[in-house]
Amino acid sequence: MKKCTCLKSNSRSGPGDGGKTGSWRVLRPVLDESRCIPAKTGKKACFSCWLYCPDGVVSRTIPPKIDITYCKGCGICAQQCPTGAIEMVEETVLAKEEEE
Amino acid sequence: MSVQTTILNLPEEELVQPGNRACSGCGLGLIYRTALKALGEKTILVVPPSCLTVLQGVHPVAATKLPCLNVVFASTAAAATGVVAAMRARKKDDVTVVAFAGDGGTSDIGIQALSGACERGDDFIYICYDNEAYMNTGVQRSGTTPKGALTTTTPYVGKAQASKNVPAIIAAHGIEYVATASAAYPIDLYDKVKKAMSHKGVRYIHVHTPCPAGWGFDAQYTIKIGQLAVESGMYDLYEIENGVKKLTGPSSKLLTKNRVPVKDFLSTQVRFKALKKEDAEALQAQTEAKWEAYKAEFSTQ
Amino acid sequence: MHIIESGNTAAAHGVRLARAQVIAAYPITPQTPLTEKLSEFVAAGELDAQYIPVESEHSALSVCIAASSAGARAFTGTSANGLLYMYEQVNWAAGARLPIVMCVANRGVGAPWTIWNDHQDSMSQRDTGWIQIYACDHQQIIDSVLQGFRLAESVNIPVMVCYDGYILSHTYMPFELPKAETVDAFLPPYAPEDALDPDKPCNLNTVTLPDIRPDVDGEMAPGYMDIRHSLQVDMRGAIDVLVSIDQEFEKQFGRGGKPLVEDYRCEDAEVIAIAIGSLSYQMRVVVDRLREEGLKVGSAGVRLYRPFPDQAVVKLLSGAKQVAVFEKAVSYGNQGPLYTDIKSALYPQTNRPEIHNYILGLGGREIKTEELVNILRDTCRGQGPAEDTPKFIGIRI
Repeated sequence: MKKCTCLKSNSRSGPGDGGKTGSWRVLRPVLDESRCIPAKTGKKACFSCWLYCPDGVVSRTIPPKIDITYCKGCGICAQQCPTGAIEMVEETVLAKEEEE
Repeated sequence: MSVQTTILNLPEEELVQPGNRACSGCGLGLIYRTALKALGEKTILVVPPSCLTVLQGVHPVAATKLPCLNVVFASTAAAATGVVAAMRARKKDDVTVVAFAGDGGTSDIGIQALSGACERGDDFIYICYDNEAYMNTGVQRSGTTPKGALTTTTPYVGKAQASKNVPAIIAAHGIEYVATASAAYPIDLYDKVKKAMSHKGVRYIHVHTPCPAGWGFDAQYTIKIGQLAVESGMYDLYEIENGVKKLTGPSSKLLTKNRVPVKDFLSTQVRFKALKKEDAEALQAQTEAKWEAYKAEFSTQ
Repeated sequence: MHIIESGNTAAAHGVRLARAQVIAAYPITPQTPLTEKLSEFVAAGELDAQYIPVESEHSALSVCIAASSAGARAFTGTSANGLLYMYEQVNWAAGARLPIVMCVANRGVGAPWTIWNDHQDSMSQRDTGWIQIYACDHQQIIDSVLQGFRLAESVNIPVMVCYDGYILSHTYMPFELPKAETVDAFLPPYAPEDALDPDKPCNLNTVTLPDIRPDVDGEMAPGYMDIRHSLQVDMRGAIDVLVSIDQEFEKQFGRGGKPLVEDYRCEDAEVIAIAIGSLSYQMRVVVDRLREEGLKVGSAGVRLYRPFPDQAVVKLLSGAKQVAVFEKAVSYGNQGPLYTDIKSALYPQTNRPEIHNYILGLGGREIKTEELVNILRDTCRGQGPAEDTPKFIGIRI
């Protein structure tokens, strides 16, 4: 008797189902640590960027770190930062800088 | 006395993987991320076709770290019932079962199964993320699309009918816990999911979900627009616990604070650009009447 | 122990003995007494199961799909329009490879409304990937439910156990009620390895691409077509699995031996009448009558309809001169489904009998033994219908 093949659609957890979604970005969030409350004070505080990121790619660390492999560049973190410490910068500008 | 939830004491661990297929700036992304922190790992999800299906991943990669059952559109609440029954049969009573559906899958095609589950008292949490249209299939109108909103099936003049009040319909079943929440207020949402976990029977949370692609605004404003919806008084945050209704968070503050004009919320989105002046004024008047009634209803809050 | 009970009750006892853990059913004639009996068993503590009084048949199968995915043995029962209402879920359960058992008390489908027996309901589901077993009497109903769970859980394919509405569901017959211990030895508890579980998280049945794609370990995972092909391969393999299970059943319970096709006086038959369900037993009366007239007639009942037991059918029929296929369903615009399947199976044979198709009994129209006798007698005399189109028996207007 032949053995059952029983193929199923079972998916296991892993990052990047949508690929390296950082490639979606037109604008990249850049953190100015001199304006960032936890970075300035060295204390656990604010972290609005961590709270409001829809993709969870901001770490709740001092300072917060943004995972640019996956950050989609929505700009919510920049909008929600109470001190304006995050600036959304054109990827093309940053790419040029990185080249140089 | 329970500790107040703050950004600092929210669980840090992400139960959603990065690099998922949700749109940039997706309101659901934040809702899902937050709700999962409240629910924890001993959870089984049930998800019908919707944006969440796509967010959770295409086979064989899952963007969710939780076990999840994908189900047909009309069946979400019935499937949640089935998972609960299996957990009982297997004596796994510490597992939380959570149905996570969109507004279409809840207020339209899914309402029959949800009503049945509420009446039966099946033990699961039902979270409806309401982006006010069938967004996953390209912005067609649903039962919760607001009056006047442009969608692909209400083009040119916008939806003629007012939206269905789903939380009120579900509350009429007499279940222990019904709440409304918003992607723009994640801590309020987190607390409500936690509170839902302490109740029995179907527990229902309806979450307002700003959608940049579907509502027509730049992705960076998802939170700001969600906040305007609440601060204008158009969308209310409340909970009904054992039949007693209470406004929460910024909505409870509106009992004594001034509301932002409704047009400040409407003007931010392309979907309302066909709204006539008199219809916008009518919305303002309705909102004011609603809050006059709230002031009487919640005078002791 | 022998009891005299209805077909629906026989099915209910089967579900009870099989120790189903989650039962979700919605009342519909003529299935209703089955679901009532099950709720009685649960309420009386005779069956340790979650009985979910769902608000629709679509939800009934939805509950079963979810419960089975989460590791519980699940059961539902329905008829006719109830079965059609859950149609998308019937397809889903098969594609999801869930070992659900469903009893269908066969009834005609609307429009117009009918509550009486025919096979149009389950026949409409024959392409869904469910295994279909048809019972011809009450003993076969209870035995098929038990074998159904065992087969489903062996091949991870859902099983539909069908029995004629009213003719079997509501009539009373004596049958053996198996001992619980014997059933427990035959049917161990359901314990799938990949059930939904927070300890082994998995996302089941999400969007699956046309092509294969690497998983999180870099291994190629199947695409949609590979998964569906697997269902076909395993369904065909289920024929041998059922034969093997039936042999074991015969050893344990003393009954069985013909799980695919049940033949009667076919050894030297020149004309064979073939049907499904209780009609195949009515045919035995016809056969006995014609044998008394000296005519070499035999009859057969197809028990396993899907997967189609083509080899067994060919073996039985290819020696006959004529075959008359009697069925209670039609694929509108073409022929009876069983006729189509039999002809297709016989096509590659060098020795092929003449084969005729008769449609009868739709919406419970009475099937008169006398009429069957006349038809078969004519067939023996070479006076079968001239054309290849199905002949409807018993039309009045």
